[in-house]
Amino acid sequence: MEVKDANSALLSNYEVFQLLTDLKEQRKESGKNKHSSGQQNLNTITYETLKYISKTPCRHQSPEIVREFLTAMKSHKLTKAEKLQLLNHRPMTAVEIQLMVEESEERLTEEQIEALLHTVTSILPAGPEAEQKRNPDIVTGDDEDAA
Amino acid sequence: MFVLVEMVDTVRIPPWQFERKLNDSIAEELNKKLANKVVYNVGLCICLFDVTKLEDAYVFPGDGASHTKVHFRYVVFHPFLDEILIGKIKGCSPEGVHGFFDDILIPPESLQQPAKFDEAEQVWVWEYETEEGAHDLYMDTGEEIRFRVVDESFVDTSPTGPSSAEAASSSEELPKKEAPYTLVGSISEPGLGLLSWWTSS
Repeated sequence: MEVKDANSALLSNYEVFQLLTDLKEQRKESGKNKHSSGQQNLNTITYETLKYISKTPCRHQSPEIVREFLTAMKSHKLTKAEKLQLLNHRPMTAVEIQLMVEESEERLTEEQIEALLHTVTSILPAGPEAEQKRNPDIVTGDDEDAA
Repeated sequence: MFVLVEMVDTVRIPPWQFERKLNDSIAEELNKKLANKVVYNVGLCICLFDVTKLEDAYVFPGDGASHTKVHFRYVVFHPFLDEILIGKIKGCSPEGVHGFFDDILIPPESLQQPAKFDEAEQVWVWEYETEEGAHDLYMDTGEEIRFRVVDESFVDTSPTGPSSAEAASSSEELPKKEAPYTLVGSISEPGLGLLSWWTSS
């Protein structure tokens, strides 16, 4: 076995989440095929990864939300890795943004950081725990998910 | 956190699976071979993404199975350097804090300074100084922490041949369970550490 390209593309947590749920559906539909040790590894890793991603805010995203987020990010001039981190973690405070964006004090002014925070929180749906706390404020999540 | 890796491999399909669709058999064999396994210098393989190219299948004399060369892409867990990850504290020890997939270690130098190890409760404590006085912030097990990936190391765990020295035979009976893939993290920056430390603002 040889590895041709160890870094051909970066995947967001949402893409992996969707892939694994589709895979799970497929395997459930095709019936009990080999619940032997061969598939046990796949079951384990699928279960663990799904459990982890379900607790992050990526759960409620959709391709349209991701596309909208990326177009909105274009004006801020961030690297691909930084945009991916923002998409996966959905920072809510300026401190978190400073962590994910390198040298954010030099590259972004305070208003830009505020604008960035605003874009992130308005476009990306909140995570499962945040929804319980901020019930009356949620308007964005429902509109996007209905599509 | 996850990357796509392009790989090429020859997949062997035994004759009793010939009635199934080739694509399904190949997907199953690849997942059986790679899922939940660490590939040296690549990362922890999760699942098959897609098959990009299937070359002709050959049957070799003496073996009834068909061998197909497959070009495919696999989803691999491989955080890049300086990436921020969120994990759960699995345990504390004098070496540092362990978390997530059990193979992530945060050594004491990278904990928020100043930190000390509380022997009585076997947990790490961050002494946070404010105007009112020092707050002791505990790092309890089961808490979620945010950390930055500082380093990664792959260990080749392929079996080696029997060693010639007989003296070493007794020590070799205890297999050294080394994790094939370890991450070293750091939480010594503002914003890192227990999530509850930073969300109260």
